[in-house]
Amino acid sequence: MWQELRAELHPRGVELVTVALDTGGADAAGRWIDAAKPEHPSLIDEAHSLDALLGINNVPMGVWIDEQGTLVRPPETALPGRVVYSEMLAKRGIPPDLPPLMLETLAEASKIRVKPKRYAAALRDWAARGPDSPHALAPEEVIARSRPRPPEASEAAAHFELGQHLHRGGELDAARKHFRAAHRLDPGNWTYKRQAWSIEDPLQGPSEHYDSYWLADVRASGPENYYPLPDL
Amino acid sequence: MILESLAVDPAQLAVHTGWELKPEGACKGDRCIPLPREDDDGSIAAPVLAERLGMALVADEEHRLWALGPESGGRALLSAQLPDLELPDRNGRPFSLRSLRGTKVVMIAWASW
Repeated sequence: MWQELRAELHPRGVELVTVALDTGGADAAGRWIDAAKPEHPSLIDEAHSLDALLGINNVPMGVWIDEQGTLVRPPETALPGRVVYSEMLAKRGIPPDLPPLMLETLAEASKIRVKPKRYAAALRDWAARGPDSPHALAPEEVIARSRPRPPEASEAAAHFELGQHLHRGGELDAARKHFRAAHRLDPGNWTYKRQAWSIEDPLQGPSEHYDSYWLADVRASGPENYYPLPDL
Repeated sequence: MILESLAVDPAQLAVHTGWELKPEGACKGDRCIPLPREDDDGSIAAPVLAERLGMALVADEEHRLWALGPESGGRALLSAQLPDLELPDRNGRPFSLRSLRGTKVVMIAWASW
């Protein structure tokens, strides 16, 4: 879907850069990139450095960067006009023969609130009007709209990085201790949770190693809050 | 930023956190925080950075490792200027976002999980 939008906007001077936040690096993200055959820069952030540098805390999230390298929109939920899984669910319904956890997960995912057309329309407006677009924000507004970072969030980031480092070194038990600390300290950071849960179970289901899992956390916080709608 | 000792190399600090050591202190965007002089080997002590920049310093004593978290006490972005960012593509070739200066860019974070 992003490639469709990129094909439309690239001739108008907008480049797309995708970044996979994947502790597993190319082993985890490579096959998805290969399948997409991207014409745009398609990068891998094994260390989740965008979390710490920009305040990314879920995927998909996007930032807009102007010709001078200045952010004109902070990290926010970014969907490219169409959402494949929503289209598939609307067209085919939820297949009844799936495992119960997947059925419940898909049912909950279908309640997540998204406005993909609005995001794509704003992006088109910025492509056409540049700094005159009302969606291109002043630097102070970009900063003010970025995520708050209390000391606990910094501590969570340090634990998460230790966890990733130890996991890459084959020390999964030691890594889990730090992942659990990151989850406790920054409970609103879905990248910390989803990355760690997915190491135990691709469906991010219940595990003996963590107190929660994707479906339980989405239910607890409300699916309508999972993707905060960008203020566009 | 992962540390194997508490002596932080300024070049690594800049790469991992965007904070650069300048005569006026540690600087990121328009903001500079005064720091004491570096140690004789040019490094700076992690506890000093942690205290002055509001960075968490977390230890894993069993593995003799530390991690410095990002600066805290404000917003995730201290500046609207994109930090220098270089990441590999799926074949390991490094790509610098700086190479796209002069073009509007929409950068999307996704994941396989």
